Amino acid sequence: MTAAAGLRAKTFALIFLMVVFGPLGDLLLGKGMKRIPAMTSWAPRDVFHFFASAFTSGTVWLGIVSLAGFFIAYLVVLSWADYTYVQPASALSYGLIALLAYFALHETITPTRWAGVLLIVLGVSVVGHTSPQTTGQAAPQTTPQATEDRSW
Amino acid sequence: MTAAIFYTLLIISGTGGEMCVSRAMKTVGEVQDFRPQALARVVLRALTVPWMWIGLAMMTMGFFALLGLLSLANVSFVFPATALSYAAGALGGKLFLGERVTPQRWLGVLIVSVGVALVFVGKS
Repeated sequence: MTAAAGLRAKTFALIFLMVVFGPLGDLLLGKGMKRIPAMTSWAPRDVFHFFASAFTSGTVWLGIVSLAGFFIAYLVVLSWADYTYVQPASALSYGLIALLAYFALHETITPTRWAGVLLIVLGVSVVGHTSPQTTGQAAPQTTPQATEDRSW
Repeated sequence: MTAAIFYTLLIISGTGGEMCVSRAMKTVGEVQDFRPQALARVVLRALTVPWMWIGLAMMTMGFFALLGLLSLANVSFVFPATALSYAAGALGGKLFLGERVTPQRWLGVLIVSVGVALVFVGKS
């Protein structure tokens, strides 16, 4: 595999993780939060009980872990890939949500929404044919001291 | 007027924050070791870069601007309108991060923006 092909493959792999973990985290968090009693007031005691019950939910924790996975994948891919490459490509998650809603939840998807999904896939494929890295070879990881020196 | 301020803040802070995070990660350097301990070290190292904190603060501001905007405008307007952040991201990436945004990439970004707007319009 050439260096360019390897770069593209690992960029796609990380974007795939973002596209899967992001919506999955949102879904799990939403599902978990719906199962806990709504906050009745802003009194400190009620706020504490609300968050305490949220953090006892396994689904909420799965959502948090999934969103953490999304964020780590996001940070890792941005360590070498262009922001202008990653940002539009991550819009594929909207397509995945629509497909899940249609096939898994049997929701009705309007023709307008399908058209949007198709355009996102087309747009991402256009962006995907450009180089993931246009600012030169990203610097290899350095020691914390060296990083601090050139952090601005 | 307040809605316009929230909207501007949402686009600028949200996208600007992501760009600052991107800049911080370029400072950290290309990740080559994908083991969990190594990834944890990358995250900790990223947190020592000022751009990361600026980015996180801006993204938080963008999130609150989104909440503010949602209290004033309909969801059916707010989410399709956020598609502008893709164009803002491409422009910012070129000017702030020095990325080479080719006409092909601009075209892709434009198509994705329209697609995202349609997904949200079609939902409502």
